[in-house]
Amino acid sequence: MTVLAAQRLSLTLGGKPVLHAVEAAFAAGRVTALLGPNGAGKSSLLACLAGLQHPVAGRAMLGEGDVRALPAQQRARRIGFLPQAADVHWNIDVATLVGLGRLPWRGRWGETDEDRAAVTQALAATGMAGFARRGVEHLSGGERARALLARVLAGRPEWLLADEPLASLDPAHQLEVGAQLRAVAAAGSGVVLVVHDLNLAARLADDVVLLRDGGVIAAGPAATTLTATLVGETYGLTVETGITASGQRYIVPVATTS
Amino acid sequence: MTRLSWWLLAGVLLAAALSLAAGKVWVPLDAWTAADPRSIIIVELRLPRTILALAVGAGLGVSGAAMQGYLRNPLADPGLFGVSSGAAFGAVCALYFGYAVQAWLLPGFALAGAAATMAALALIAGRSGSLILFTLAGMILTSITGSLTALAISLAPTPFVASEIVTWLMGALTDRSWDDVRVAVPLIAAGIALLARTGRSLDALTLGEQAARSMGVDPRRLQLAVIAGIALAVGASVAAAGIIGFVGLIVPHLVRPFAGHRPSATLLPSALGGALLLTVADCVVRLAPTVSELRLGIAMSMLGGPFFFYLLVSMRRRLA
Repeated sequence: MTVLAAQRLSLTLGGKPVLHAVEAAFAAGRVTALLGPNGAGKSSLLACLAGLQHPVAGRAMLGEGDVRALPAQQRARRIGFLPQAADVHWNIDVATLVGLGRLPWRGRWGETDEDRAAVTQALAATGMAGFARRGVEHLSGGERARALLARVLAGRPEWLLADEPLASLDPAHQLEVGAQLRAVAAAGSGVVLVVHDLNLAARLADDVVLLRDGGVIAAGPAATTLTATLVGETYGLTVETGITASGQRYIVPVATTS
Repeated sequence: MTRLSWWLLAGVLLAAALSLAAGKVWVPLDAWTAADPRSIIIVELRLPRTILALAVGAGLGVSGAAMQGYLRNPLADPGLFGVSSGAAFGAVCALYFGYAVQAWLLPGFALAGAAATMAALALIAGRSGSLILFTLAGMILTSITGSLTALAISLAPTPFVASEIVTWLMGALTDRSWDDVRVAVPLIAAGIALLARTGRSLDALTLGEQAARSMGVDPRRLQLAVIAGIALAVGASVAAAGIIGFVGLIVPHLVRPFAGHRPSATLLPSALGGALLLTVADCVVRLAPTVSELRLGIAMSMLGGPFFFYLLVSMRRRLA
């Protein structure tokens, strides 16, 4: 089983240290949530894991090798990356948008049957099959977020790294897309998400990594890591946790401690 | 090739035939093979002029499409945002110092000027795709190169050099010879070939720079290809025909809806559409009932200005 890992990874952006000696490991077949307050370095860590940032020290490892040592096309095939609040600059239709996810696979002679099958499957998985011919500008925020997720899924990556993929969705679609992300992990891929919603993280994630000020506060299985103490320490909050009648864990911020 | 491209190609062939026949003297197309005295009009005047119109139009059209795709900005145009002015300044330097006697020096200077301004635009606004940043940078570059050109004109050693510069700046394809074709066409073709290869990266850039990099696009290589391709196509076009604006704005905008708004799919139709537009426009200026021939650059501005205005009005809700 391959592992994606940060090894003593430090990152500086514009002269400002963003991550200090972060140690974290992510397992294939599981959903891991990166949690932490604004500016904790969640998005930066995700970008490093995707090979998009150059750490000043340490490295991001995919299996036995440094992510940044992979040829760009290999990396693009193995790691699917969904940036935060992604723009779509032209009014292409949804099928074309999702087809962009096949670019790392595309040979010189254009689309193959496998490309088309992957696009169809990604559209179906995100519930966007009915929107295939719709222009991106005519989608609602939630539809657009699902189409963008479908773009990454179409690449059938071993690793899916997504920066707040559920942020602009209503609760019903959050659950639906969340279930889809869990299905991706169940099929064997590793899923790493930046999440802001603690309850969503508790529901979706197998593992969590709690970040604060560019360092790891705690990491481990969600059930034992999302405790009132650790979450409180990470965010500077007093939180209460509990279990709903249907067995869902919930985490409610009560007051700030700082 | 798509159906759109075939239609445009048919249009280009018709326009080229018209361009060979049309002018102060109408020459039937069969005149050029026979020992007809009019064949010299076609072979020595109309044919090089038509080839230049096709090449310059294709170069400007594909440059506009690539620039719009690269900057993710539907208002980008090499003529409006400094690249043509940069090329013109380079060429004016060559004229000013009298370097134009060497056939390749003027295009060389124009290429350098176009490359410098395109590089400045790409460095300032290429990474972010910000509309405001790009517009301001383009405005400032246009005004800097424009004032430097004006300086060169005002300091011209003789009135003859000054008038030579001014006439040339206005943009035209009048009296171009096979020599101009031999210099310009290979350079423009090389530029088009470079830009045609950027299609896949431009598609990926639709999702922003970070997503494009995650899909394996090398932003530095793309930037180099765009700068070099546009410098070749626009620099050589300006060297051959002076400043002709708006082709790169109008054509990609018109073909984009038929190409599904996909940047890579607009490149070839924009080249064909640019060739078609400029060849037709060049026929129109030849046939216009004016005392001296209407300048092609001015005619395109008169057509393009209102079009730009229409674009702004139709986009104002999105831009605001």
